[in-house]
Amino acid sequence: MSMSLVQQLVDGLAALMLLVSFALLAQHRLLSVLHWFAAQGVLLAVTATIVAYGTGNHELYISAVMTFLLKGLLLPWLLWHVIKRLHVHREVEPLVNLTLTMLIALGITLFSFHIIQPIEKISESLTSDSMAIATACVLLGMLMMITRRKAITQVIGFLAVENSLFFAAIGSTNGMPLVVEIGIAFDVLIAALIFGLFFFQIRTTFDSLEVDAMHAALQDREDEA
Amino acid sequence: MNAMTLAAGSGIAALAAAAGAGLLRGHLQRSALCLFLGISGLLSASAGLVGLLTSTASLILPLGLPWLPMHFRIDGLAAFFLLVIGALLVPVAIYSQGYLKGYQGRMDALAVFLPLFVIGMQGVVLANDAFAFMLFWELMSISSYFLVTFEHENLENRKAGFIYLLMAHLAGLLILGAFAVLYASGGSFEFSAMRAADISSFWASVAFLLAAFGFGTKAGAVPMHGWLPDAHPVAPSNVSALMSGIMLKVAIFGFVRVTWDLIGSGDFQWWWGAVVLAAGASSAVFGVLFALQQHDLKRLLAYHSIENIGIILIGLGLSMLLAHFGHPMLAALGLIAGLYHTINHALFKGLLFMGAGAVLHAAGTRDMESMGGLVHRMPATALFFLIASISISALPPFNGFVSEWLTFQTALMSPQLGGALLTAIVPFSAAMLALAGALAAACFVKVFGIVFLGHARSEAAASAHEVDAWMKVGMAIPAFFCLLLGLLPVLFVPLLDVIPRNLLDVSLAAHVHEHGWLWLSPVDVSHASYSAPVALAGMLTIGGLAFWWLHPKGSTVRRGSIWSCGNPHLNARMQYTATSFSQPLRRIFGGILQPDEHAHIERPAHKLLSQKVRHAVHVADPVVNRLHRPLADAVLTLAHAVQKEHQRGIHAYLAWTFATVLVLLAVFT
Repeated sequence: MSMSLVQQLVDGLAALMLLVSFALLAQHRLLSVLHWFAAQGVLLAVTATIVAYGTGNHELYISAVMTFLLKGLLLPWLLWHVIKRLHVHREVEPLVNLTLTMLIALGITLFSFHIIQPIEKISESLTSDSMAIATACVLLGMLMMITRRKAITQVIGFLAVENSLFFAAIGSTNGMPLVVEIGIAFDVLIAALIFGLFFFQIRTTFDSLEVDAMHAALQDREDEA
Repeated sequence: MNAMTLAAGSGIAALAAAAGAGLLRGHLQRSALCLFLGISGLLSASAGLVGLLTSTASLILPLGLPWLPMHFRIDGLAAFFLLVIGALLVPVAIYSQGYLKGYQGRMDALAVFLPLFVIGMQGVVLANDAFAFMLFWELMSISSYFLVTFEHENLENRKAGFIYLLMAHLAGLLILGAFAVLYASGGSFEFSAMRAADISSFWASVAFLLAAFGFGTKAGAVPMHGWLPDAHPVAPSNVSALMSGIMLKVAIFGFVRVTWDLIGSGDFQWWWGAVVLAAGASSAVFGVLFALQQHDLKRLLAYHSIENIGIILIGLGLSMLLAHFGHPMLAALGLIAGLYHTINHALFKGLLFMGAGAVLHAAGTRDMESMGGLVHRMPATALFFLIASISISALPPFNGFVSEWLTFQTALMSPQLGGALLTAIVPFSAAMLALAGALAAACFVKVFGIVFLGHARSEAAASAHEVDAWMKVGMAIPAFFCLLLGLLPVLFVPLLDVIPRNLLDVSLAAHVHEHGWLWLSPVDVSHASYSAPVALAGMLTIGGLAFWWLHPKGSTVRRGSIWSCGNPHLNARMQYTATSFSQPLRRIFGGILQPDEHAHIERPAHKLLSQKVRHAVHVADPVVNRLHRPLADAVLTLAHAVQKEHQRGIHAYLAWTFATVLVLLAVFT
């Protein structure tokens, strides 16, 4: 497979990443958010495989497999488990309505393409498009954290940010050293586990997983004290 | 002995005062404090005198930062301000021995911070590098904060203390900024490097503005004076005397040091002098106008400090203007006038605050409306207060007249300077100075009349008693020097001559004596000269003749009851009050003062039969209300908004993070 074909494939996958990020933002139901999150993990694994094939860097295959298992299967399953166990309301409950969120997301994407222009001149391995898209995906993940009321969606937003960073890393550096990747992978896993534990703990303390409710409960407690 | 040894000795004596005050208790504490402070003052004054007469001395102490030992230096300017410090510190120390009797047993904080405050002022004057300067400056500011809040059980005192601390820090920050600019051009914290450095005119202006606002805030120049009328009255009176008499002067010292010495008179730009002159003229008139409307004795004196700082600044501003336009002789005269007024103000304002302390002690209140008739019960205090009042009103033969006369001479002899604005501003400032002088005289007629003359307005005032010998001696010394400096300016002006010689490279000494030792003739005999002894002799002759004519030999003074228009029930409330005395001026300057007047008349029976009339008038400081308050409110509103943001949920935090990331990306790519 020629280098340019790999490049085009990476670009195509980048476009899909962006689509998935938008899809994550556009969902009404919590379970579909989770599905799209899993899809993002699979996309990442595919990207890693293609880059591994294109560069001949075999360590990346291991990374691809790890990504698939961890981000494509394990994390979505963990979150699904949490949702089921906690009987969380199935609606997403955005703070800002979905249409407006999409419009903001559109603006952020344009902004990313604008700010990435200077990097184009120094970047060699990656086209500016995929770099811009990776930046946009990071920002969209953050946007998701801001505009959603539930703690679970915030965690998904956080993990989406991590996914986008991973995408930028394998795209721009042809893969990080394996040690680093394993480290990051475990960090994410541990983070997800801690989040999971917290959800249970929070649930028993505040009777709700909504951030505003926790805040209100805290305020009440302060007033009493 | 050289000046530096003496100065070091005075610092050590002040340290000993602090240590003594910290270790000892009871009357020993008070005695040790006052004794060592007095010694420190004596040594300061002699260091100043020796420094003015001999050449520059310097000293490097291995204290402070490892790579920057502390540099000290006594040149003419430092010596003069040491003299100012010493001249007031000695009488205040003696006065305190009597005054602090009332504070016995609860004066630990006062007794420790008072010497530290003195050390701070001495250190600022002696410092020869920016680090030592700022260190001692902050020592001075912070210890004086503790002195202001000494009686912290009153809410009023705590409030005044907070505002004082705030303004002192603001001033410190600005001064630090000025030193930072000078450091950037000189490459060293040492003043010698800053002096030698060439500074571009832009950065010189920046340094000037920072220094002017920083030192101006501390000196209490309009419009940065907001802290002063609150802070001075609430401190114990001996501290007020030092704060108003010396601390404000140390700010003037800092201003002269930074602009004349470190930036250099060669770098002056025309608008610098105009700015200082404008600030001086507005401070002078503003201060005295608002002083007239006060009925709190110490608050009134505090407003007069603003006025006198204004007069000093007029002299300095004229000097800066004239130095820029190439009249070094006149510039030197303006500088001398400003500095002369500095020591004068230290003496008579210190004396006035001590007198106010004595009156407070006797009457138990600061409110002039409940004093009166004290001249019969406190004759010595009344005499000293009168001397200080005449001095501050700039009447011959006392010292205030000499310095204001020198300032007038500078303004009147100024040739046409470039541009219509400048041509107008010099005579305008002279007119303002004249107005301020006249109003100050009116104000002290009011103070002396209401406080010391007439009938007692309260029980406490009626049963007041004279203060003890310590306090009397403490007040007698500055009173004597007020007269001396008024009578013998011919001897004192040449002593100051070393300062313009250092800063402007001109000497006035040759001309001062041109007309003989009796006549002070600045710059040129043909223009003007003044002889205090001759004026005094003239006044005594005319006064004596008038007395002799009115009371010819043999006729005795007859005392009778006061004629009361036939009303037999005379009481103290029929007298002029402080408020009613200043009513005409309140009417005339109503546009500036904007008094808030309320008259309430009770007419229960018929609308023509008024039974009770209540009249209240309140004059608020417009600068505080229109400038300081809105600024403070804006800062508070902002702080509250930030605080609210802090208390919002995680979404707000995330949104701020997100916005910050976006802004940083937009700015840095």
